[in-house]
Amino acid sequence: MSATAHVDGHVHEDHGHHHKETFVTKYIFSMDHKMIAKQYLITGVLIMGFIGIAMSLMFRMQLAWPGESFPIFEALLGKWAPEGVMDADVYLALVTMHGTIMVFFVLTAGLSGTFSNLLIPLQIGARDMASGFLNMVSFWLFFVSCVIMVISLFVEAGPAAAGWTIYPPLSALPSAQAGSGLGMTLWLSSMAIFIASSLLGSLNYIVTVINLRTKGMSMTRLPLTIWAFFVTAIIGVISFPVLLSAALLLIMDRGFGTSFFLSDIFIQGEVLHYQGGSPVLFEHLFWFLGHPEVYIVLLPALGITSEVMSTNARKPIFGYRAMVASILAIAFLSTIVWGHHMFISGMNPFLGSVFTFTTLLIAIPSAVKSFNYITTLWKGNLQMNPAMLFSIGLVSTFITGGLTGIILGDSTLDINVHDTYFVVAHFHLVMGISALYGLFAGVYHWFPKMFEGRLMNKNLGYVHFWVTAICAYGVFFPMHFVGMAGVPRRYYENTAFPMFDELADIQVLMTVFAITAGAAQLVFVGNFIYSMFYGKIGPKNPWKSNTLEWTTEQKHVHGNWDGPIPEVHRWAYDYSKVDENGEYILPGQDYVPQHIPLQQDEEELNH
Amino acid sequence: MTTLLTLAVLVLVAIAIWQLTKIFELSQLKTAQTQIATDSDNKNNGYMLFGFLIFIYGITIFSFWKYSKFLLPEAASAHGEEYDYLMLVSFIIIFIVQTITQALLHYFGYKYRGREGQKALFYADNDRLEFIWTIIPVIVLAGLILWGLYTWTSIMDVNDEDDPLIVELYAQQFNWTARYGGADNVLGGANVRMIDIDKANVLGLDESDTYAHDDVIVKELHLPVGRKVNFKMRSQDVLHSAYMPHFRAQMNCVPGMITEFSFTPIYTTEEMRVNPEVMSKVKRTNKIRAEKSAGGEETLDPWQFDYVLLCNKICGKSHYNMQMKIIVETEEEYNAWMESQSTFAETVMKDDTNPAFNVVETASVD
Repeated sequence: MSATAHVDGHVHEDHGHHHKETFVTKYIFSMDHKMIAKQYLITGVLIMGFIGIAMSLMFRMQLAWPGESFPIFEALLGKWAPEGVMDADVYLALVTMHGTIMVFFVLTAGLSGTFSNLLIPLQIGARDMASGFLNMVSFWLFFVSCVIMVISLFVEAGPAAAGWTIYPPLSALPSAQAGSGLGMTLWLSSMAIFIASSLLGSLNYIVTVINLRTKGMSMTRLPLTIWAFFVTAIIGVISFPVLLSAALLLIMDRGFGTSFFLSDIFIQGEVLHYQGGSPVLFEHLFWFLGHPEVYIVLLPALGITSEVMSTNARKPIFGYRAMVASILAIAFLSTIVWGHHMFISGMNPFLGSVFTFTTLLIAIPSAVKSFNYITTLWKGNLQMNPAMLFSIGLVSTFITGGLTGIILGDSTLDINVHDTYFVVAHFHLVMGISALYGLFAGVYHWFPKMFEGRLMNKNLGYVHFWVTAICAYGVFFPMHFVGMAGVPRRYYENTAFPMFDELADIQVLMTVFAITAGAAQLVFVGNFIYSMFYGKIGPKNPWKSNTLEWTTEQKHVHGNWDGPIPEVHRWAYDYSKVDENGEYILPGQDYVPQHIPLQQDEEELNH
Repeated sequence: MTTLLTLAVLVLVAIAIWQLTKIFELSQLKTAQTQIATDSDNKNNGYMLFGFLIFIYGITIFSFWKYSKFLLPEAASAHGEEYDYLMLVSFIIIFIVQTITQALLHYFGYKYRGREGQKALFYADNDRLEFIWTIIPVIVLAGLILWGLYTWTSIMDVNDEDDPLIVELYAQQFNWTARYGGADNVLGGANVRMIDIDKANVLGLDESDTYAHDDVIVKELHLPVGRKVNFKMRSQDVLHSAYMPHFRAQMNCVPGMITEFSFTPIYTTEEMRVNPEVMSKVKRTNKIRAEKSAGGEETLDPWQFDYVLLCNKICGKSHYNMQMKIIVETEEEYNAWMESQSTFAETVMKDDTNPAFNVVETASVD
């Protein structure tokens, strides 16, 4: 890996004679960022995503038809679904693992891992990541953590079931819940390795963005994707270690008799020795990561949207500087709002006031971003590729989901909707669905970069988008009402309360939408796998985009550019730029890629 | 009803699929198999975006029309009115913003759908516009923050003014227990280390603490209407959350810690039962329950409205059924009820093997 040597644009000398690559070095222990990106995509999104979504469909079925027997439960859950009726413990396990897998494995590693790896070197004009080796280690640690997490599904007493937030004492005491035995130990081990992987990855991204930009690529000429990945990596480095400390302390409480989070416990007929700890401390540590995590998930999706939307609108992104400032503001604020998950945790109400203040502040940069996206569409020439539709969809769900944050971020209003389905609806729209849309936009848009010029089938893409878009609202819009009716989340069934009887119909409606949405994802997977092998090879720059990745060869070469790395002369958003006569800068072409020098009499704008 | 909804969904999905196959066919016909959006793709999807806007409005209207009657009835606590008003105002703001922004987003998507030869406007910046849409959220949010904080501070101020009733809510997997301070309205000391199952001292009260002797331990929470109640929450095993949705009240129960919440109930259970909203809810619910019973699935008793305390923090297998009935009654009824309860000294400390604490005579519907 001699990437660093070529930063300054020297001709890549050893390019003609590749070292001989075996199957193992090319496909398995690869240090090439493009291969690692694909490995993340396939492991994180396709495999873990499939498991996570399948789990959600199972518990949605249980919610819609409580206590009903389904052969599929018996087939998949075995002894945890005697005669096809889901057990209450395994319901909680499914909810927990769905959350864990979707948040960490799919939307953190799958999304950031894939696109940071793929795009950072390509868009800043670098031959590879700063350290290809660390990058490889990062992926394989992630892989190991996936394997451990999947293994935990098969242990005797079941996987972790204390909710994805694993609040102790429930998660600390095997006597409180079956899943808190070996299942939780594996969960914690898996997450510890995951955090190590994430940190190695993030440090690599940061160093690469700071050091390996090609000539002319100043920070203010970076595409917004890179800004988003860069800032995401910084938030990750700041907050993930705190989760590691929480996990380590919890491991100590579980295994070594310490009392960091436990005190005064009487369970199963005996008093435990723990004294002086506090579960509230765990909540602080967990959410110190947990909240920035939301933005770790969301920012890359917003970055992808910025790039895809601008390209397909044939317009510059509106307010580039404001977009960068918003990303930075969101990143900063995201680290000081964690307490809004804990308004009624028993912490001092004054702290609640402070967190209400910071939380509602974060709505401001979010609002700016939304308005800027909308203005980017105004008077554009919108090319409705599937990636573009997913980007527009993202803005829609981001607004819908984000607005209810005004309710939840307000400590007063949170009192009665805290931990109800209102919260579930809110965060699924604003971070779950939005981030998934960003992910899909990225996959459709950069698929040709990943698979040597092959394009995904657009018609299947349209089917995928429209069914998903309708079903996502179909599931989560009515869910707000369930929450406002007072239904708590993580209830195995709602039949114990007659006051919830009349909500049974909504549950059925949501489940039908959810299953349909799940089926639509199979269309995507089919399209993905088919296009990987048989997709049509399109033009070198299929979306007529300005960024540097489209100047690389379609065929993957080690070091990305066969010749010298192009030099950058302008920002990434010179779409439809015209001279004073109203003619495009480059005749007959409505875009000016970043490596094209300024033309005669052209004025350099905006960056 | 369920079948109707399911049918409606299926029809919607069918329409979507039909439309999509149409798009599929159209694009198959004209283009030479390019996977990049063509003018006809732009046109079709532009129309779809407009349709999607109508869908969003439609599902909003549908949900409000169908589901808004399911929401919680009028707040039954003194601070609840303020809470509901703040909620209403926040929702109005949200809906205005939602309606406008979704309209702009999807309408632009439709209006500016790509056409061969159409020139996009190079429009990269406008400080004034950006200033406007920064400052408007700032002002609106500042208002909401201040109002919210003011309300929050007054709700969370648990103090001893106005002679509040002191009640302990005690959580364990998977049930609730309540303890009253008794005649002196002071709770006796307690700790899990003093729990004595053999003597049925399940709350771990300190027998040497005289304040504890007159404490009354019950499995059904009775509250006098109009009197402030200060709750002290405890948990003996894992986190629980005492959620009383009708009173707009919630607080976590944390092992090793005593948490607090305070509210004043303003309607008795009887009064709430004749509230029109509640009456129609009960009617609807009992219709469903009767239908289910008639369908032979299971026999469900008719429901009568009661306030309820739910557990709202994941606490294990039976989390979904950890509840306690709350009865709000007049001062006289409450006093009469309290008279009939035995104190800690009378039950537990007597060393008899009889009931640990006051049992509920009539089984509540569950």
